Amino acid sequence: MEVPILKQGDFLIATIQSALTDSDLLHLRTALVQQVVRLRSKGVIVDVTALDVMDSFATRTVRDLAHMIKLRGAATVIVGIQPEVALSMVQLGLTLEGVATALDLEEGLAYLSRKFRWG
Amino acid sequence: MGQAPSEDGIRLPLDSEADIVAARQKGRLLAAEIGLSASELTVVATVISELARNIVLYAQRGQITVRLMERDGRRGIMVTASDEGPGIPDISRAVQDGYSTSGGLGLGLPGVRRLMDEFAIESVVGRGTTVTVTKWGR
Amino acid sequence: MKGNNPRAMAPPAPARDEDISSLLRELVAHLRQNRTDLREEWARRITEAELLTAMSREEVFAEATSVYDNYVEALETGTFEALQAYARNLSERIIPRGVETHEVVGIVLLLRDVLARSLFSKYHEDFDKLNRILDAYEPAANRIAITVAVGFVQERERIIREQQEAIRELSTPVLQVRERLLILPIIGLIDPQRARQLTEQLLRGIRTNRAKVVVIDITGVPVMDSNVANHLVQTVEASRLLGATVIVTGLSPEIAQTLVNIGVDLSKMNTVGDLQGGIEEAERLLGYKVEPLVEASQAGAGT
Repeated sequence: MEVPILKQGDFLIATIQSALTDSDLLHLRTALVQQVVRLRSKGVIVDVTALDVMDSFATRTVRDLAHMIKLRGAATVIVGIQPEVALSMVQLGLTLEGVATALDLEEGLAYLSRKFRWG
Repeated sequence: MGQAPSEDGIRLPLDSEADIVAARQKGRLLAAEIGLSASELTVVATVISELARNIVLYAQRGQITVRLMERDGRRGIMVTASDEGPGIPDISRAVQDGYSTSGGLGLGLPGVRRLMDEFAIESVVGRGTTVTVTKWGR
Repeated sequence: MKGNNPRAMAPPAPARDEDISSLLRELVAHLRQNRTDLREEWARRITEAELLTAMSREEVFAEATSVYDNYVEALETGTFEALQAYARNLSERIIPRGVETHEVVGIVLLLRDVLARSLFSKYHEDFDKLNRILDAYEPAANRIAITVAVGFVQERERIIREQQEAIRELSTPVLQVRERLLILPIIGLIDPQRARQLTEQLLRGIRTNRAKVVVIDITGVPVMDSNVANHLVQTVEASRLLGATVIVTGLSPEIAQTLVNIGVDLSKMNTVGDLQGGIEEAERLLGYKVEPLVEASQAGAGT
């Protein structure tokens, strides 16, 4: 299932609409990196509001995604992690260490804007 | 993907990674019948996801059974993940806290064990593995 | 088999299973036939014993009818799951009315007695038959009494657990003092359940209030075991996943030591000595104390 990637100025926004299979996630990761390179984006927001579960694979893929995007000189923010999902993640010992997180799309954009205005 | 009722539960075959999502969604629906909170439901769904992924990754195929339980007036949900894969050589190490899965490598079993109320694992090298976990509600 | 005979002097032969089920069938038929009378008799004895006073006579009779029918059905089928489910259902309804355990046990035992008496009067001329019927009846009746009592107690315990949870929820408020800033003052001893509840409330609060900074004040927490300390760490991490920074205030040296013992790197945790200091730090993080720049040219010009 294809995740739509929208361009908003210097940033890309990928909004996940429903549960993704492992291959969907990997596909998203590749697509985002390609788009960052092609459009020379400065930041990527991945909106995971619709994900009702973030297991070890999803966590690992998101971390890899952020790392790969950073190697291309852009920043990643994960937004919309649900309270229950956050709790399960920390209880399972899954961390998104090193990856920026924000409450929602609005906060994610604010974070990226600040980062690129002053950073 | 077919599912068959088994006592008070459902059987979910796992043949590929695409079955993982369906397994955890169906498991979550069943778990919702015993009055777990939203957080607890997410925990159950996440645990099913982890166990299902282990099966697909290491044994290629297997099945997950989700059953409703009852004991002393409390209802619970039991998840059994079984496969006929290679088995786990050193079980005690695999379930030891701190040994694996910081970041999701390995089997995630310590995390699963921490999250569920009951945890049992049987594994024979060359024959397969069965993990049984239970979460109790109110 | 009728009539007294010399065999009555010897110990009675044990009834075979077939005998028992046919006896029970006979018993159940008798109870169904005399349902109206026996129910009334029972309801009367309930009132006499001053049980179920929290309920009106009509209610008592209505419940008595259900219990009676379920009782007879359990005798008939020999299975008790339906009875157990009914008992919990009944308990769910009557516990909020203030009905207590001894009342529920009491009425079931009264029913057992009423039915037993009725068996006595029916079979009093056939002592041997009466014995066999009672042999069949007693174990079943006792099992019924236990099933109902246990069902009641389990339901009561479940309700108490729910109430405790509700109380815990009320007693740990998440306060919004400023926009984007939440304070969670924790007072007293925390058990793992309360800790879990606190975390869930806080995370929901972060989402609802769109908080960017949370101050968790544990000045009022005397001691914390490693289990609960772990919960605190998880709360901090989970909050971060929701985009909020957590400042922990009021960390006593003992609790700091507990955290270190479970492997927490305190230098990575945002801690401030007291709540006031924590709030100030939070405001600083949120940019509240930043003074707006006044440009020299504006200061002189009129507006």
